[in-house]
Amino acid sequence: MTQRTRNLLLLAPAGTWFLVMLIVPLTVVLVFSFGERGASGGYVPAFTLEQYANLPARWAAFKNTLMLAPIGTFAALVIAYPLAYYLAVLASPKWKTMLLVLVIVPFWTSILIRSYAWIFLLGGRGIPALLELIGIEGVRLINTPFAVLVGIVYGYLPLMVFPIFVSLDRLDKRLLEASSDLGATRIRTFLQVTLPLSLPGIATGSLLVFILLMGEYLIPALLGGGKVFFVGNALVDLFLQSRNWAFGSAVAATLVIIMLISVTLYMRLISKLGAQREDVSLM
Amino acid sequence: MQRDDTPISKKKFMEELYRYKKGSVSRRHFLGVTGLGMASAVMGAAVPGLRPLPAFAAGDIGDRVILATWPNYHDPANFDAFTEATGAHVQVNVFGSNEEMLAKLQAGGSGWDVYVPTNYTISTYVAEDLIEPLDTSRLPNYDATAYDPRFAEAGSVDGTLYAVPKNWGTTGLAYNSKHTDGVKLDSWKQFFDITKESFSGRTMVHDYQLTTIGNALKYFGYSFNSVDPAELADAEKLLLEVKPHLFAISSDYQPAMRNGDAWLTMCWTGDGKQMNTDMPEIEFVLGKEGGELWSDYYAIPKGAPHMDAAYALINFLLDPQVNAKEVLAHGYPSADAHTNALLPAELLNDPILYPAQELLSALEFGAAATLTDPNRAELMARFKSA
Repeated sequence: MTQRTRNLLLLAPAGTWFLVMLIVPLTVVLVFSFGERGASGGYVPAFTLEQYANLPARWAAFKNTLMLAPIGTFAALVIAYPLAYYLAVLASPKWKTMLLVLVIVPFWTSILIRSYAWIFLLGGRGIPALLELIGIEGVRLINTPFAVLVGIVYGYLPLMVFPIFVSLDRLDKRLLEASSDLGATRIRTFLQVTLPLSLPGIATGSLLVFILLMGEYLIPALLGGGKVFFVGNALVDLFLQSRNWAFGSAVAATLVIIMLISVTLYMRLISKLGAQREDVSLM
Repeated sequence: MQRDDTPISKKKFMEELYRYKKGSVSRRHFLGVTGLGMASAVMGAAVPGLRPLPAFAAGDIGDRVILATWPNYHDPANFDAFTEATGAHVQVNVFGSNEEMLAKLQAGGSGWDVYVPTNYTISTYVAEDLIEPLDTSRLPNYDATAYDPRFAEAGSVDGTLYAVPKNWGTTGLAYNSKHTDGVKLDSWKQFFDITKESFSGRTMVHDYQLTTIGNALKYFGYSFNSVDPAELADAEKLLLEVKPHLFAISSDYQPAMRNGDAWLTMCWTGDGKQMNTDMPEIEFVLGKEGGELWSDYYAIPKGAPHMDAAYALINFLLDPQVNAKEVLAHGYPSADAHTNALLPAELLNDPILYPAQELLSALEFGAAATLTDPNRAELMARFKSA
């Protein structure tokens, strides 16, 4: 067996998987997006740009998603970074493993169940009732964009913590000592050594969270009370309620394109930042 | 006063029923997360034994039958009894909306043997060739003359029988009377008006185009089923006006009503009865302008993989003894006189489950046009995303 056939054989499972589970469905979505809705729903073959022309009808859904996904990603980053830093740099090795397991524990329960728990926490008998005890009245949390934000940050936090933890864990501690020996303050050491070296972790974590948030539909439906409408919710309704598969496909295809563009731009930004770091280290 | 000739006293029945249903979610809960768990050990023990079952040799009808139905809509003990009698295991898929059922059948390959469509969808299934005509000779327990024709007629299209009645009910409104200063709500006009005022942030509407748009249409006195663009535009204007005052757009309204976050909601019969029993301050009424009357059916989709088992299951569930156990378990009324004869009189006189005729006559069955009308679907999407 030549090296080449062996490589091909080894790639075959993944290749088949991508072909069947990614390329074929995406092609179907693309073809459907140029079609029309059948009289009682479904799809009728056609070639029309009508579905794309109709996209502004879902502008609100795109707007909500494009606002809450970056905000949610950023909020997750701000909360996850100190935690990951503590786990990787400050926590004693004795506790590290246990603390890491604790970060994963929520994943042992379905996100559906955990979101239901938040319904009760944010509902009138939860946190607002506690706030009333200390004199803050009339706070409504559940079924607001804030509740959705809390839900998505909570749900996706571990996905942000782990990549950052890994990049910080591998960080050579001698670099920090060197920085300190050379007279840098702790803040400067963090900004010029630690942060740039953890950039790959930040990039990976943010990408994971951002991509999942762009397709999110469960948390807005549960914690937003159906009033906070994401593209994911629009898609569910288009396929399962109004059964307009053609328009649904156009919305899905547009979402994929928006993600491709934003992810590409983001990767460029990250690699640019990475390049700058090298410049700094040469100086 | 207790009556000994009824199978179970009202008090005992209500206690048992609502004890095990407490905390459950609404019938059309979008994901059906609770499914049909919480088996009916309680109910099973409370109801006298089944009469002897029709004899099937195990394996005659295959080892399984797949049923697509609504959440909390069966007595799981009946399924166990069916499996024991026939050897066929009942596999249950739970659904959140008629639209979703139709979408799954349109996509093909659902693998279902029996499903439970609502009256207004059946003609569309016939037009789309997605439903099997029923052979009544294979349903000896089906006695067409025993059914209230109002709840049976949608099962036949152009003289062919496609579906047999399961249960029926209404869509009214449920409100927490602690917050109305003694005012009794009884209309859709009040429903939307009070939402804009003293109930701001406390009202829920269904995540379901038929009832949410339909009841907004009733506010103006239009038909529940209107697809007239001018009338729909009025309904949309009202819904958009009300939206900032809503607590939620969700068909899962029981938890929020029970914990006091929501004070008013659109509500199906069974949910209304459950909440009213546990919390008498939550009252269920029908809108006096009208609203929805519905009837669900058993049907077999085209190409059902286990056709014999499908007929056997429907026939089994139509047995009045079995059907009465079903009603006791889920609390939705039956249109079958044989079944009603076995139910406690108190249940049959309950104003929520079996409303007075004059209230019922104001109600409308959903119309097929609402299921397929793209304008109603788009209106709902604009309302939700606004």
